Amino acid sequence: MSTEGKFKPKMLGIICNWCCYGGADLCGVSRFQYPTYIRLVRVMCSGRVDLKHIFLAFSNGVDGMFVGGCHINDCHYNPEGNYDALSMVNLCKKLLEHIGINPKRLRLEWVSAGEGIRFANIMNEFAKEIEELGPLGRNEGIDEAELKSRLEKMTKLIPYIKLAKMKKLALHDINQANEEGYVNLYTSEEIDSLIREAPSYYIDPTKCQACMTCARRCPVEAIISAKGQVHIIDQDKCIKCGTCLEACPPRFGAVTKIVGEPVPPPLPEDQRAIIRKGKEKEVA
Amino acid sequence: METESIEKKEEQGQIVELVRKSLPEGNFGDVMIVGGGISGIQAALDLGTAGFKVYFVEKSPTVGGKMAHLDKTFPTNDCSMCIESPKFVECKRHPNIEMITYAEVESVKGEAGNFIVTVVKKPRYVDESKCTGCTVCVEYCPVKYPDQFNQGISKNKAIHIYFAQAIPLVTYIDESCLFLKEEKCQICVGACKTNAIDFSQVPEYMDIKVGAIIVSPGIEPFDPRSKAEYHYGEFINVVTAFDYERLLCATGPYEGEILRASDKRHPHNIAWLHCVGSRQVTEGGHSYCSAVCCTYTQKQVILTKDHDGDARCTIFHNDIRSYSKDFERFYQRTENLPGIRFIRSYVSIEREDPVTKNVTIRYSTPDGVQEEEFDMVVLSVGLVPPANLKKIADAFGIELNAHGFCKTNPVNPLETTRPGIFVSGAFQGPMDIPESVFTASGAGSLCGEILSYRRGNLSKARVYPPERDVSQEEPRIGVYVCHCGANIGRIVNVPETVAYSKTLPNVVHAEENLFICSTEAAAMLAKDIKERGLNRVIVAACTPRTHEPLFRDTLREAGINQYYYEMSNIREHCSWVHSKEKEAATEKAKDLIRMSAARVCHLEPLQEFDLPVNKVALVIGGGIAGMTSALSIANQGHEVHLIEKEKELGGVARRLHYTLEGLDVQAYLRDLIQKLYQHPLVHIYTNAVIPEATGYVGNFITTVKSDRGTMVIKHGAAVIAIGADVYTPTEYLYGEDERVITHLDLEEKITNRDERIMNAKSVVMIQCVGSRNEERNYCSKICCSESMKNALKLKEINPDMDIYILFRDVRTYGFKEDYYREAAGKGVRFVRYEPEDKPQVEPGEAEDGRPVLKVTLTDYILNKKLELDADVIALAAAIIPSAGSQEVSKLFKVALGPDGFCQEAHVKLRPVDFAAEGVYLCGIAHYPKLISETVGQAYGAAGRALTLLANDTVVASGSVCAVNEKMCMGCGACAPACTYGAIVFHDAKQGRKAEVIPVLCKGCGLCNSKCPTGAIQLKHYTDEELFGQILAGLSKNGDQTTH
Repeated sequence: MSTEGKFKPKMLGIICNWCCYGGADLCGVSRFQYPTYIRLVRVMCSGRVDLKHIFLAFSNGVDGMFVGGCHINDCHYNPEGNYDALSMVNLCKKLLEHIGINPKRLRLEWVSAGEGIRFANIMNEFAKEIEELGPLGRNEGIDEAELKSRLEKMTKLIPYIKLAKMKKLALHDINQANEEGYVNLYTSEEIDSLIREAPSYYIDPTKCQACMTCARRCPVEAIISAKGQVHIIDQDKCIKCGTCLEACPPRFGAVTKIVGEPVPPPLPEDQRAIIRKGKEKEVA
Repeated sequence: METESIEKKEEQGQIVELVRKSLPEGNFGDVMIVGGGISGIQAALDLGTAGFKVYFVEKSPTVGGKMAHLDKTFPTNDCSMCIESPKFVECKRHPNIEMITYAEVESVKGEAGNFIVTVVKKPRYVDESKCTGCTVCVEYCPVKYPDQFNQGISKNKAIHIYFAQAIPLVTYIDESCLFLKEEKCQICVGACKTNAIDFSQVPEYMDIKVGAIIVSPGIEPFDPRSKAEYHYGEFINVVTAFDYERLLCATGPYEGEILRASDKRHPHNIAWLHCVGSRQVTEGGHSYCSAVCCTYTQKQVILTKDHDGDARCTIFHNDIRSYSKDFERFYQRTENLPGIRFIRSYVSIEREDPVTKNVTIRYSTPDGVQEEEFDMVVLSVGLVPPANLKKIADAFGIELNAHGFCKTNPVNPLETTRPGIFVSGAFQGPMDIPESVFTASGAGSLCGEILSYRRGNLSKARVYPPERDVSQEEPRIGVYVCHCGANIGRIVNVPETVAYSKTLPNVVHAEENLFICSTEAAAMLAKDIKERGLNRVIVAACTPRTHEPLFRDTLREAGINQYYYEMSNIREHCSWVHSKEKEAATEKAKDLIRMSAARVCHLEPLQEFDLPVNKVALVIGGGIAGMTSALSIANQGHEVHLIEKEKELGGVARRLHYTLEGLDVQAYLRDLIQKLYQHPLVHIYTNAVIPEATGYVGNFITTVKSDRGTMVIKHGAAVIAIGADVYTPTEYLYGEDERVITHLDLEEKITNRDERIMNAKSVVMIQCVGSRNEERNYCSKICCSESMKNALKLKEINPDMDIYILFRDVRTYGFKEDYYREAAGKGVRFVRYEPEDKPQVEPGEAEDGRPVLKVTLTDYILNKKLELDADVIALAAAIIPSAGSQEVSKLFKVALGPDGFCQEAHVKLRPVDFAAEGVYLCGIAHYPKLISETVGQAYGAAGRALTLLANDTVVASGSVCAVNEKMCMGCGACAPACTYGAIVFHDAKQGRKAEVIPVLCKGCGLCNSKCPTGAIQLKHYTDEELFGQILAGLSKNGDQTTH
């Protein structure tokens, strides 16, 4: 990246069709100006925006990420999707913070389709803030390789985080919740322990009977399996959902959950064949 | 006798045939709707969708009406234009709606079923078929004049588009044009690239034959110029609420800044004066209450505080009439803001400071008369009939009432005095937006009743060629970059963008176009798709929110699935917002196209599916609402099952005997019940309960247990009209002393000539019993009118009877105000009380020795304690949600609001729909209302139900969620995210798996962001599609990115 001239950040917004996109349109109709380096992506509801989308953008060098929805309680959809967006963004900010990225790089705002000027103001303000923060990582004092690795690691944990926080992520009970109620929905301690306690799943080669049950149930095909071969979890593919643990027949109990310790290395391929007691014939 | 009438009919038939022949071709319709405000729009859309050909006539250059001028709408503060303008587009695109703007009706001949309407189309001096709405002419036009859309506060050009979202989106030239005035100029003619400007246009007369007519001309704001004491137009900082509405609005004269005309500064101390032009019997005023001003003032106060948190707002009023749904909370919200004062007082505008231009107001307080200076004074003007209403009435041959509004049938507020001509919206009398909307649906239902025999004869459905299956082909993308006249082309280097587009992967063709939205360009696009074998199309132009439907349609016409279309918004999101940075804007335009190209490759062909519609309706609740709705649906040829929990039909109206307007309720009810029992298509179930209800729009299955046994009913639509209950008071010795009764009891006793009532010397009525308190934080709406009704009845029986009405605010909104005045005139005494100092009731003795109930309270005007003797106390008991509402809500998966009444899909624009499709609501199940309002709303629900029942199928969007079963781990994270109940689970071989019921899915995608594995995906917004777009947005072409 050139250091000459003014820093022009990469900025991306994912905004809802019904309100914020309309506000951005009206901003155009009204000819309010904002910096050129902001790109917008349309979704139907801000509640559609996924942790994955935001981490994908940061992993690919976005300096500032914007999510825009309808004002609270104005969501076009029955379930008040903007509450979901609020929850997701609050969680995401904590995750960014956890890996040392300034959470200010992610911003959520409500803009109605009638608020062209508000949209422009937010874009200008946010752009200025990001310009001051500088390129992703630099302000945070993280070098590029380190940043990449941290983002990669966190991206891998997203399925696990979604599972662990599924209730809070879909907490759109508008009769009880309000915007303030969401502010402290996630605490830093909570996130720290969540990450710390991220488990790994491991198949004990001495117990695995190569029944394929876990492999068939694995939603991401992370289990290397074949008949008569000890199954191995591909830790790169594994999303830590625990389906295998649940699926493994209790009489085998081959899958274990490991927290805070390294996962034993997989058996070399040539040592994976198993001979079951009393079933030698079948194998032969 | 009989032969004579047959001859007469034949003769008429011949005349009609002759007339038909004499008319130019094409001018045949079913219904004409006159007035293009929100009411007319709703009527047009309902009727068009229900299979009628509609002529839609509007006098101004665009549809939209008064709602389009508002900044926000109460009590949700939704942006008015944002919620209304999509309906404009819908009207424009509807195959059964023929829109005629800038036109007026001159005369209506004939009769119901056979009207001939003469319409005069005023010259726009712009050819609508050629104008693309590019507004280049506006830039060149030298004439500036006060912009009507902005209440004349800012300037516009002589040639202009009425407002940015106008439909049709074409210019018109008004009388300020130099050429029209003095035959000078004509600059605009040369500026127009499509030769659309045509000064030779003259008024165009057309005769249109229709079977029924709906008049919805709406209202005008009261013009305070007619009353000198307001100094409007004289003191520069005295504005009307309509002016203020424009000041608040982002599209207003100061782009959403509230500024004073005198010095263009922000006012910080603003006063609102209520009842300007309303509740006045003096010269130039109107005696009725305008019904909306209290709440719109509160809206303006809230918005003012949003603009300027330190603003001080003072509201001078005479009763706050927060009578409708959620209004009371809205009032409290306003009252609780800092710096807000509500002052109950008559006021006068005294003087203007010659230097500061501040305005001094004089008002009375308990401590005497005071004067106070304000930066700005807003007149909360009332609603009056349009200025040319007499002319409108004459053209239609209908009568007006004493207030100059439409004279309606006392039992049916939607019928005018001429059969076949119906009325909707505020032409009936002052009303808010939701009522304007449901009366429109109701008027539509009445048109349907008389024209049901010809439904579908003139209506059209679009026919498309069969779709080419391109799913196995490599993407072949065509990119069309629009100049939009100069709107894009002046900033973005279009040729360079086109050249760049050609370098993108899978792009096989790219070209530029001056106006890609023009009809000819669309034809060219369709041809390209066929000849160049394109299977994906990107249009880089304006916003998809308005133009996507148009281009999708073009793809369908060219035989390509409409979901293969993608739009890059390089106008609103690029050229218009970066107008000073041409190079950067060009780069951004390229980026946006690259993002679209990445996305479009992943797009899948999606099918909108047709669900069959069972043409039977189920109506739950046999009160006036349910019965009226059921009868209107049955009169349009649909079978109706009417479910009543009691052993007889009639609901709460069985206990009502007369109305303020003098209707004999029991006679009306007998007649209605008889019509229902005699109707061959109506099936009535009494003593009925509903143990089970399943299904979805068009295909419900409901089990009914009743006197007729247990039956399973299949139906396409359901109307919920379950009514409400009356609160049993615990206050004021009710239930302990038999002299304390409710108004319903009183009405029955009056009708039965009960001795105690007849001999009473003094009756005290206490308002707001059980309403407007912590437990029920709403106004029961009808009680003030009910008290007036009974007070007047008692005065009629015994003019010497002492009647006291103890009130908090007298809420006789609309024309009911006349009865308030009449009651006061006949000596009914009104005493106000405060909720924290309620009247006390205890048994006692009058001076003459008769046993009475002593009522003591503080009189705030005289500032002393009052002691009243009452022979009878009538309590205005609250209306509370029906005991069965919870159950019905669960059965039909419909929502209840915070007060327990049925919750409509949208407070403003879908007032009789539930969010759950195919289920409608009406009557006091929605909120307390009077009989006439109930009837209007019941017809409204019937009209809405017909938009569904009149069709064989209902179309559901193709953009719904689907589950990849292999990836689903059955964790259940998705289901709670969906309140539409679209996600269900089933046990598969590999465990519990989620499944989406596509017809219930609304396509929001909330479930997607909860799914840990990405198994559930919203089609058209899949992760793959969004990932592609995000990555392309962050890379330059050819950059390596990690996925």
